[in-house]
Amino acid sequence: MRKFVQHSGVVVPLDRANVDTDMIIPKQFLKSIKRSGFGPNLFDEYRYLDEGEVGQDCSLRPLNTEFVLNQSRYKGCSILLARENFGCGSSREHAPWALDDFGVKVIIASSYAEIFYNNCLKNGLLPIVLQDEQLDKLFEEVAAEEGYQLNIDLKNQQIIKPGGEQLEFEIDGFRKHCLLHGLDDISLTLQYSEAIKSYEARREQEAPWLFEERR
Amino acid sequence: MAGKTLYDKLWDTHLVRQQEAGSGLIYIDLHLLHEVTSPQAFEGLRTAGRTPWRISGNLATPDHNVPTTLQERLTGVEGIADPVSRIQIETLDDNCSRFGIVEFKMNDPRQGIVHVVGPEQGATLPGMTVVCGDSHTSTHGAFGALAHGIGTSEVEHVLATQCLITNKMKNMLVRVDGRLSPGVTAKDVVLAIIGKIGTAGGTGYAIEFGGEVVRNLSMEGRMTICNMAIEAGARAGMVAVDQTTIDYVEGRPFAPGREHWQQAVESWERFVSDNDAVFDQRVILDGSAVIPQVTWGTSPEMVLPVDGNVPDPTEEPDATRRQSIEHALAYMGLSANQPITDILLDRVFIGSCTNARIEDLREAAAVVKGCKVASTVKQALVVPGSGLVKAQAEKEGLHMVFRDAGFEWREPGCSMCLAMNADKLGQGEHCASTSNRNFEGRQGFHGRTHLVSPLMAAAAAIEGHFVDVRTLMSQL
Ligand code: SF4
Repeated sequence: MRKFVQHSGVVVPLDRANVDTDMIIPKQFLKSIKRSGFGPNLFDEYRYLDEGEVGQDCSLRPLNTEFVLNQSRYKGCSILLARENFGCGSSREHAPWALDDFGVKVIIASSYAEIFYNNCLKNGLLPIVLQDEQLDKLFEEVAAEEGYQLNIDLKNQQIIKPGGEQLEFEIDGFRKHCLLHGLDDISLTLQYSEAIKSYEARREQEAPWLFEERR
Repeated sequence: MAGKTLYDKLWDTHLVRQQEAGSGLIYIDLHLLHEVTSPQAFEGLRTAGRTPWRISGNLATPDHNVPTTLQERLTGVEGIADPVSRIQIETLDDNCSRFGIVEFKMNDPRQGIVHVVGPEQGATLPGMTVVCGDSHTSTHGAFGALAHGIGTSEVEHVLATQCLITNKMKNMLVRVDGRLSPGVTAKDVVLAIIGKIGTAGGTGYAIEFGGEVVRNLSMEGRMTICNMAIEAGARAGMVAVDQTTIDYVEGRPFAPGREHWQQAVESWERFVSDNDAVFDQRVILDGSAVIPQVTWGTSPEMVLPVDGNVPDPTEEPDATRRQSIEHALAYMGLSANQPITDILLDRVFIGSCTNARIEDLREAAAVVKGCKVASTVKQALVVPGSGLVKAQAEKEGLHMVFRDAGFEWREPGCSMCLAMNADKLGQGEHCASTSNRNFEGRQGFHGRTHLVSPLMAAAAAIEGHFVDVRTLMSQL
């Protein structure tokens, strides 16, 4: 996994609650068997006025100029400001893949759907939780200043505003450790192969039917 | 010491190792796979030179992309018109045969929606942990199992280690008291629960559904409720094991054989919450008061009883909520205060992992029998949840009831639930759907979904607009 230590970038505001994974990446793009290339179709039904198809050249499609991602003041944005229950809906990891491919590395919202939250962390994306009041203020500040940037410091769990003001955020210690060092979960777990094997041996005694071959 | 909840017991039984920083390494008994969320996981496994930890812990079937017309199915995978869908299904076939994973291929009679297939085969058992790269894995919790969706990186992790790293959730009890009146189903109950607690109400919790209503439901009804736990924000929903659970499992192909049956039943009976178990949160609903539900908006929590009127945003004091309502009304093409029963339908979809089991089809057929789909409805589809559901329905003659009424009778798959194949809504079309998500664009670009029970979908097909199915049933 890619490391995440620190990140600064332009903030883009998406002022909507319950942004679901169908919005983030519509299902037709889930047909890909790859992990990359989803960026042009991030928020497809909002960014473009037509219906998106797999494998199409998106540069030729009519843009919805009202949608934030198409506004020049947010060009090059990499920090997404959102509202509660962000990423609800399906388990599709294509959602964080699409955000990442587009260039979003940090999301700030008041809450997330759990599967989405986990999926971000497994891809080196940082989902930050802030209180509603803190978010309201950020939305105001982003609206007031073109090119508004934030600096995210994972080590110290801080968001640093342009004027130097700092906001603290929480993150699970294990997840933070994995992000900071870019650790791969599978190799970590395989260090405990013996524990898994002894669990299996014990369990097979208790519940032998769980270990029968299915045919 | 306080007693344990069902979820606590499932967690303790499967804990391989308590990790630093609070997370646990949990053993996975059953890993279900489908074509959409697995290719990248298999690829990751191969790139790293790894192999599956325990082949027999996996079971696969294609469902999301499969065509549902007989004509397209007859020619096999090569005959799938959409080349991108075809590649995805071929990739699943290749990966499963390469590693020796049991797969019910597209034209195997046991193929179907993964959450219908697992329980139907007896692959899903009480006391298990079940995961799948699909959020509606919560369905399997109906068996007193810990079941939830995972992302593709986690699919790869489970393939490689048969374990998952996860944090323990909090416990919520949703108790539904009383008795349901005729015409009110498990779907209405779960929609009413989501209406009450909201789509984020269960975030961070494992929900146990209990109470008289849930105890009296069949396994299929319990699956419908657990299926939509995720729509209330809870990754896992579950129902305690009882005789109904055990009777359902007995004799299924992958259920324990005679040599282990008694031992298995004894071990399953403890998968109930202790009387003195402590829940972090309790929600109580009066089941007797629930009437058929219809969603009007673009989130499952935007739901009302069929006799209700669409909300008026000007009456909503909270700004974010007001904006959501305005947005949803505009997307859905509805006006404030419009009666639900005035909503005209273009299409009707009876299917999905929520409501495409045999009881769902029987209930819908009973409403449809002898009637005709309204001439204003462009298409009414019935898509059985699996090949075996389809075969059973045909044995009972249900397919003829649907066909005679003007419904199309299709081959099993996810179909119009998420419209990855050719079954989808046109722009601006309203659909009465027995599926679980009414998100924007879910059933097709700019399509408008209303979630309902199979009974309500059947009634809507006949009338061309929403109607309280209980008024039709009283005429039967
Ligand atoms: S039927 Fe719908 S919700 Fe269920 S697994 Fe298929 S796409 Fe997902």
